[in-house]
Amino acid sequence: MHELSVAQALVEQVEGLAAEHGAANVHLIRVRIGPLAGVVAELLAHAFPLAAAGTRAEHARLDLVEAPIRVRCQTCGAETDATANRLICGACGDWHTNVVSGEELILETVELDIPEHGG
Amino acid sequence: MCDTCGCNVTPGNRKFAYKPVEPGATTISVLQGLLKKNDDQAEHNRAHFDARGILTINLMSSPGSGKTALLEATIAALKSQLKIAVIEGDLETENDADRIRAQGVPAYQIVTGTACHLDAHMVHDALHHMDLDGIDILFVENVGNLVCPASFDLGQHLNIALLSVTEGDDKPAKYPVMFRGADAVLITKTDLLAVLDDFDPAKAERHVRELANPAPILRLSARKGEGMTAWLAWLFGQLAEQRRRVQAGETQRPVIQPEGARLHTELA
Repeated sequence: MHELSVAQALVEQVEGLAAEHGAANVHLIRVRIGPLAGVVAELLAHAFPLAAAGTRAEHARLDLVEAPIRVRCQTCGAETDATANRLICGACGDWHTNVVSGEELILETVELDIPEHGG
Repeated sequence: MCDTCGCNVTPGNRKFAYKPVEPGATTISVLQGLLKKNDDQAEHNRAHFDARGILTINLMSSPGSGKTALLEATIAALKSQLKIAVIEGDLETENDADRIRAQGVPAYQIVTGTACHLDAHMVHDALHHMDLDGIDILFVENVGNLVCPASFDLGQHLNIALLSVTEGDDKPAKYPVMFRGADAVLITKTDLLAVLDDFDPAKAERHVRELANPAPILRLSARKGEGMTAWLAWLFGQLAEQRRRVQAGETQRPVIQPEGARLHTELA
């Protein structure tokens, strides 16, 4: 259950951004997760409120976008879908591939509530 | 504003449109790794190792696959030629650090309490309790766990995943995140293959290849001393490579660091 650690890191990062921009609250946090990041989206969603309690992100909506697993073949050059434990080329079957999508664990955007200066 | 004029937004494509942003709300594009703080600390640790010419290796596996026994045998074989230090990670007890110290090398035990993995900050704290002068290789024995340790960079140069023959040859298919991030896979306790008819090392290797991982797969028994020569030769090769990198002012991240994610971030 390392998702709590990840949620805490996320909240810390978002709090930093909120402070940097002088935001009062965070509306939305969008995170892109690939299946190969080793973080389970559902568990992160459950852990998030615990980590966010008492912070400016407390009432934020956490939007978790799942990235597909895609590999590019070093042999034939094709880019195809793959699964977490079969990262082989969907075109020629070779295992010499590079993962081009699926290992992301990225904070994409945050929506901040920034009070206007001087009213 | 899109939320007032309704430009081109239909019930069919509404979910693809930008969400209406409340007055005063500002959308910030971030595109940073979620574990940025850990990753920054890991880079700091790695710079620390490189400045001292230390090769740092992270050992990961399920509990009981023989990480500590491998370290005992490795230290016994190398301690006359190399200076080795070990960081041990466990939920409780000093037992593993005691076993390493009995081999006559420095060991620091991180007791994680309930945490299922080590992170870069824990390793950094441990480094402050260790004398790293003259150390050639620092081993970090991660918490026995095939899941969580795979997601945290500690500042190591290389990851090693152990798979003991009592665990089943399909473990790489079941725990792909761990095994695709290994720079070397060690099939351990091979002396038991004689009494186990259901572990096929070739099948384990095939599962690792299906993770697009070209890492060397070594078979050994630390207790019986089988296969140790190839493992020690691999270590010497990696140490030479680290010394070359240090000379050239280069460094190396373990393959676990998602290159694709970084690429994606840069392109986005």
